Amino acid sequence: MPTQFEELQARANKRWAELTEGDSAWIRVGGGTSGQAAGTDAVFDAAKSAVESTGVNANVSMVSAMGLMYLEPQLDILMPNGSRVFYGNVESHEVADIVEHHVQNGEPLTERAFAYSGGDGSGFGNLPELKSMPTVALQQRIATRNFGDTDPHDLLQYVANGGYTALNRALTEMTPEEIVDEVKAAGLRGRGGAAFPAGVKWSFLAPSKAPVKYVLCNCEEGDPGAFNDKGIIENDPHTLIEGLIINGYATRSTHGYVFIRTGHELPIEAARKAIADAYEAGLLGKNILGTDFSFEMEVSLTGDSYVAGEETALMEAIEGKRSTPRFKPPFPAAAGLWQKPTNINNVKTISYVPEIVRNGSEWFKGIGTETTSGTAIVCLSGHITYPGMYEVPMGMTIREVLEKVGGGVSEGERIKVLQAGGPLNGLLGEEAFDTMIDFDAMSAAGASIGSGGIIVGNETVNVVDLLRSLIAFNQFESCGKCFPCRLGNTHMLEILDRMCQNKAKSADLALLERVGTSMKAGSLCGHGQLGFNPIASALKYFGDEIKSCLAGEIAPGGVYGDGTMILPTRTRP
Amino acid sequence: MTTAESEQSSKLREQIRQILNAQAQPTITVLSSLIAVQDVIHYLPDEAIKETATFCGSTINEVWSVASFYTNFRFTPPGEKTLDVCWGPSCHLVGAQQVLDAVQGVFEIKEEGESPDRKVTLKYNTCLGACAQGPVIAINHHLIGKQTPESAAQIARELRGQS
Repeated sequence: MPTQFEELQARANKRWAELTEGDSAWIRVGGGTSGQAAGTDAVFDAAKSAVESTGVNANVSMVSAMGLMYLEPQLDILMPNGSRVFYGNVESHEVADIVEHHVQNGEPLTERAFAYSGGDGSGFGNLPELKSMPTVALQQRIATRNFGDTDPHDLLQYVANGGYTALNRALTEMTPEEIVDEVKAAGLRGRGGAAFPAGVKWSFLAPSKAPVKYVLCNCEEGDPGAFNDKGIIENDPHTLIEGLIINGYATRSTHGYVFIRTGHELPIEAARKAIADAYEAGLLGKNILGTDFSFEMEVSLTGDSYVAGEETALMEAIEGKRSTPRFKPPFPAAAGLWQKPTNINNVKTISYVPEIVRNGSEWFKGIGTETTSGTAIVCLSGHITYPGMYEVPMGMTIREVLEKVGGGVSEGERIKVLQAGGPLNGLLGEEAFDTMIDFDAMSAAGASIGSGGIIVGNETVNVVDLLRSLIAFNQFESCGKCFPCRLGNTHMLEILDRMCQNKAKSADLALLERVGTSMKAGSLCGHGQLGFNPIASALKYFGDEIKSCLAGEIAPGGVYGDGTMILPTRTRP
Repeated sequence: MTTAESEQSSKLREQIRQILNAQAQPTITVLSSLIAVQDVIHYLPDEAIKETATFCGSTINEVWSVASFYTNFRFTPPGEKTLDVCWGPSCHLVGAQQVLDAVQGVFEIKEEGESPDRKVTLKYNTCLGACAQGPVIAINHHLIGKQTPESAAQIARELRGQS
């Protein structure tokens, strides 16, 4: 008799075969938040009406984004012969033409396409093969392995591509201790920024015999320039849910929460639907897949607050209070959410877990560097030719990511400055571009790959102006609990305002440093402790520019060199 | 309070009680309740604070402490449409300040808030999550990327019914 999971797999394979092996073409439109901003919804509607009006035999789905955001809105067409052609920067008025030529007449509009895959091997004229494009070839996709291929709202498509086999294996063949050991051996480190070994964190929670224990998954992701946590949830939510259930089993926990900021509708909708579908399929709830293990999961929404991403503040938010950090100890593994033993992991960390369980720790350990195994999911934005979300092996240098994957900046220009790892981390100048992307190498360079966001600035960027926008963000987002952070950020912003208005004095530098030192010493969480980082790193890489500004000169360029930047004045009462 | 006002207020209270009771997720808190109310009514009237306190068994003070903390909550009715403009560092580098400037010009305001005719609301956003398409704006949470001052001003005019 087939097991419950084998039955699910059989249904999933049947569904996938219908989509990919029948006589119908399959038109897949890339979705996601970035796609929406680029106009994907109109392209999707146009594709549906083109199929209706031409009467061609084709399925149309909104699938996950490929991560190649410079090509959005993007769609591809899989023909019954197995060939797949990808169209980028599609405008809705072109879709009818593409569908008519490609699906009805069997002649892809290659001049409008950017790549192909599959088929009989003869290709399509000059069109490159997808896997030969640098933005694809240099990636190694683990957490983002299904991007561009599956509909995030369809559990069966996830299962058909190997989904939930890791959970099935974990529950039927492995003890919780073996999973913790496997995650430890894989060298998986926390992707939220702190880089703490995930298996070790899990082992703090596992021994507790408490009747209620929580595993929380943090998708607060307020960092400007980072969109990979929300990206994973909206594009492949089951990867995260499967990982979180395994996390729950390995730590013998009873409840899981996926924590997202309100207003981010696509990730919230995707997470809620995926959890509901997982319950329906017997992957959540009582006696998962017919085993003794039971586990509940829900989405918890927070209001707008950057500090809610801090682990203890996050627990306050789930409890429905102001998201301000708690004193530690007690640590979450002893007394966390509602004072029960709790583990908190970032979305990316959890999303690697199914593949680690499926392929083994040796395999994962073999990717990346000695000290940081696995991949980095990098988000490129700002002045870069190919903005997008790319999963690359750890150990690639920043320069390789910028130039080979990101396509560099326009000809004749130069990348001047990077903001990497969120607004509490540093700015990087050109000397740092040969740094390897790996937790330890990045931290030695005064930055962090943490959130994975890299904002690129070309030579027009005025470093003081960029600094002011970062400090303005930190000031606005201070939760206000610790006065060195609340007042320190305000004070630093005032000094940067003066610098931008050409009214600073050279003594202001010492003042900035004193404020920064107090913030570091007197704040409960990273928001205050790391708040001086942007300025410290700017002094390291752009010291001359900062000092000439303090001496009364305004560096050329910048958005608003005259000091009329529009910023919120509100702070939290 | 006039009779008409108090009748309106009790209707509003009834609506809020229904919203609070309709929350589907297992974990219900002050924060989840306030989010649920604002999702439907688009702001938190006094009645929402009081009803949430009763519903959650909290004090009015506790509910206010939560409502005043999270910057998405507002306490007066917004315009018919809300335009979010991202000013986060990523959008900042590619021209968010000029986009903000243009929108404020059309809305005839100098800060966040409603236009003088109260038809539209401008809200600053620290990150809308589509940095690769910056500068990004959103109309009632629906994102539109790659804005210029001209395109954003055009959208702002359309929202005000001035196209």
